[in-house]
Amino acid sequence: MPEHTFRVNGKQVTVDVPDDVRLLWVLRDVLGLTGPKYGCGINVCKACTSHVNGKAVNPCAIPVKDLEPADEVTTIEGLPATAGDDPLHPMQQAWIDHDVAQCGYCQPGQIMAAVALVKRVAADGREITEADLDGIRNICRCGTYPRIRAAIRTGAAKM
Amino acid sequence: MGGPVGRRRFLGYVLAAPTLAAAAQLAPPSSAAAASPSSAAAALPTQDITDVVDLNDLMTLAAAPTSGLITVVVNTDGTVSFALPRAEVGQGITTSTAMLIAEELSVPLDKVRVTLADARPELLFNQLTGGSNTTFATYTPIRTAAAIARHRLLDAAAAHLGSPVGELTLTAGTVKNRSGGSVPIGTLAEKAASSRTKAVTVELAPRTKFTVIGEPHGRTDALAAVTGRKKFAMDLDVPDAKPTMVCRAPTINGTVGAVANLDDVRRMPGVTDVVVISTGVAVRADTFGQCIDAVRALRVTWKPGTAAGKSDESVLRELAGAELPLGPKPPAPTVEGKFTFYFRGNSALEPNCAVADVRPDRAEIWASLKSPIVAQQTIAAKLRLPVGKVAVHVVEGGGSFGRKLFFDAALEAAEVSQKIGKPVKLMWHRADDARQGRAHPMATSRVRIAYAGDAVLSYTQRHTSVSTDLGHGLGEIITSLAAKIPVGDKAFSEVFFLLSQTMPYRVGAESRLLSEVDKGFNTGSMRNVYSPDVTCARELMLDQLGTKIGKDPLQVRRQLLRDGRARAVLDTVAEAGNWGRAMPAGTAQGIAVHTEYKSVSAALVEIDNRPATVNRPIREGVTGPRVTKVVFAVDVGLTVNPRGLEAQMMGGIMDGIAQALTASLHLRDGYFLEASWDNYFYTRQWNVPPDLKIIIMPDTSDRPGGAGELAVAASMAAVAGAYGRATGTMPTSFPINHATLSFEVKPTVPPIPPSPTDGLSNA
Repeated sequence: MPEHTFRVNGKQVTVDVPDDVRLLWVLRDVLGLTGPKYGCGINVCKACTSHVNGKAVNPCAIPVKDLEPADEVTTIEGLPATAGDDPLHPMQQAWIDHDVAQCGYCQPGQIMAAVALVKRVAADGREITEADLDGIRNICRCGTYPRIRAAIRTGAAKM
Repeated sequence: MGGPVGRRRFLGYVLAAPTLAAAAQLAPPSSAAAASPSSAAAALPTQDITDVVDLNDLMTLAAAPTSGLITVVVNTDGTVSFALPRAEVGQGITTSTAMLIAEELSVPLDKVRVTLADARPELLFNQLTGGSNTTFATYTPIRTAAAIARHRLLDAAAAHLGSPVGELTLTAGTVKNRSGGSVPIGTLAEKAASSRTKAVTVELAPRTKFTVIGEPHGRTDALAAVTGRKKFAMDLDVPDAKPTMVCRAPTINGTVGAVANLDDVRRMPGVTDVVVISTGVAVRADTFGQCIDAVRALRVTWKPGTAAGKSDESVLRELAGAELPLGPKPPAPTVEGKFTFYFRGNSALEPNCAVADVRPDRAEIWASLKSPIVAQQTIAAKLRLPVGKVAVHVVEGGGSFGRKLFFDAALEAAEVSQKIGKPVKLMWHRADDARQGRAHPMATSRVRIAYAGDAVLSYTQRHTSVSTDLGHGLGEIITSLAAKIPVGDKAFSEVFFLLSQTMPYRVGAESRLLSEVDKGFNTGSMRNVYSPDVTCARELMLDQLGTKIGKDPLQVRRQLLRDGRARAVLDTVAEAGNWGRAMPAGTAQGIAVHTEYKSVSAALVEIDNRPATVNRPIREGVTGPRVTKVVFAVDVGLTVNPRGLEAQMMGGIMDGIAQALTASLHLRDGYFLEASWDNYFYTRQWNVPPDLKIIIMPDTSDRPGGAGELAVAASMAAVAGAYGRATGTMPTSFPINHATLSFEVKPTVPPIPPSPTDGLSNA
């Protein structure tokens, strides 16, 4: 089987899986990183949201062959390290402060989407708007949406 | 409850165990005649039935003959363990349970470890998570066990410190005497243990002394959730349990005729096994991605299922044929209405899934299960194994909303594992979950209100529904089987209907009946069974009545409410939400009340139905009218965790908005058109009210009522009422956009869509 080499949460990894296996299954079934969740498999629910080179993406829609050796995949497990030495990223702390999670299944994806949104908005040199928050596509079937919005504003202020 | 021995004195046990183990009966010893659903119903008057007994009472009474104990264990490291015989699926019961123990035992909340108990058949009815019953049923037993542990620790500390018990205090997990001596409870855990089991009585802390109960606490699993460390069933590392999926029929409950290419698919990359099972063709592979490819490659001919050829229109005709008459029209003015509620999907974000390891002589199952005893018994029967040889582990669930009362995936995983002789980690694809998973049944509700002047003379409601599967009974196979026998099932659902539907208004002569038809669908509750639809119909007709008698929606409710708690929540939302304020054309307020589970709730909603809002563009999303504000007030009697209660209300409000405006399944040619979250329009961020205020009323009782499903009904009804007032026309069909199909229908063969490849460029 072909080998694929890329970076995951700061470490170089090489996996031996067919080219077209999607990254979500490489992370979960091969590497044992279970933070990114399956919710639809077709890039609409966003439960698996992770980062590739700092940008929010959905691993359920990325064939593993599309990754280059220098590509940095960050899952929820690797998020704190992207922000320094603290055990939690400021967005994770904001999530705890607002007691956002209910069942928690979608929340790793929500947090990864939130961090990417805040970075994108900061790169545009502007503040987060209600329209930005309206545009978040991650589904939370428990309906924690208002607390997600509040936590993003808190987390953004500390990032 | 241990049965109140005196005022606030309760019976419990110290168990023979290596470290301190204190226990209480989960259900009270009771001589109540109402030991079975039918005798409970027979003994009751039909008028105001829920004043006498409601679903919580029935579930509590039904548990009477059981002798199952729940046990609080104090460990030598100072932690306290408790295995909760319920399912945590996001509703926060592990946190609220830890709070009860922390309160009575005076230990810090973070020292309490609440896990989920395996299936315990001896608990009979008392291991069902449903009907918003958990806190109601466990509140006193858990506190009793914790209070007994506290007393044993104080006794042991008296010997250890050489001080009389009366001079000791236990706070934050440490016992102190007056002379500065102290000992942590971990040190006392073995000394306080008992070599034999004995009964003791204990007094519980009075409400006025509470320091934990009633204070807001974040969830005890919050850190695990935000770091991705929280383990759901598919995250478990069970040796050799490889990913498994099932290729399913294009129509509901279709079965396999023949498979043309079994051997070809067995040779696909990563595939280890392909086997025909009762629900389709199962594929086991190294990764779920390879399962998806293999399922799509299978060439199967199918036999028709249980809903062959059916559509929304044909089911509506079936319902019309099953409607019970409203009776002769009374000789008084009336308002009358008929409402239609389409099928709704109750998928959680975690799809149906389970891990199974079946061996010739035993089996082990891991899944999020709200009726684990029925699951254990049914799986044992299917596998032809003794019940005692089937271990069923309850895993924390990624949402339920009714789904996890059933164990479809666990039964399927057991079947596959037995057939191939290997462990499996079985997961439904989202398309399976949407199309073959359970749904809230389609229903109609007819209401007639007769009045004279300002007074209501009579209230008649006829609710007609596709059969709701209550096959989980009250959590154990005897009642479960009763619910499956045609006649028994009918009686069971009718009793359930009567016991779960409260009438908070003074309405004179009252008659509310359920009739059900067609068992061909996979149904279940969806964050409540009948209440959201029944309440929505009732509340809309109250608005109509108000129009006839010259009262606005607030006035008509104030006049008719017969309960002070209900009037208080109504007045609270009216004042906090500025009821009656001037609003622009195309926007309006709505208001509604719902009472259930010994709790009361009211919602005030504002909606914006102006074209600029309705037509705002969102890619692959449904916008429509936007709920711009919700003020919600709730009185659950006694609030254990206000922060958790607020979360439950928030989620229920989002469900209510979805059910009124956007979320439904469309049935055509024997299958649901919706196949994923881009087709089924549950509330999304662009539908969320920008202004949301949840008000928790001061306690009005010594006992907590239910909360998990409570908020849906009032929210749905208030949104519907607001929409009617904004448009000038009362809506009669829900969700309001059901007639518009807002997506391109995915194929049914293969049954699941291909995995996209554009993930790097399309976030």
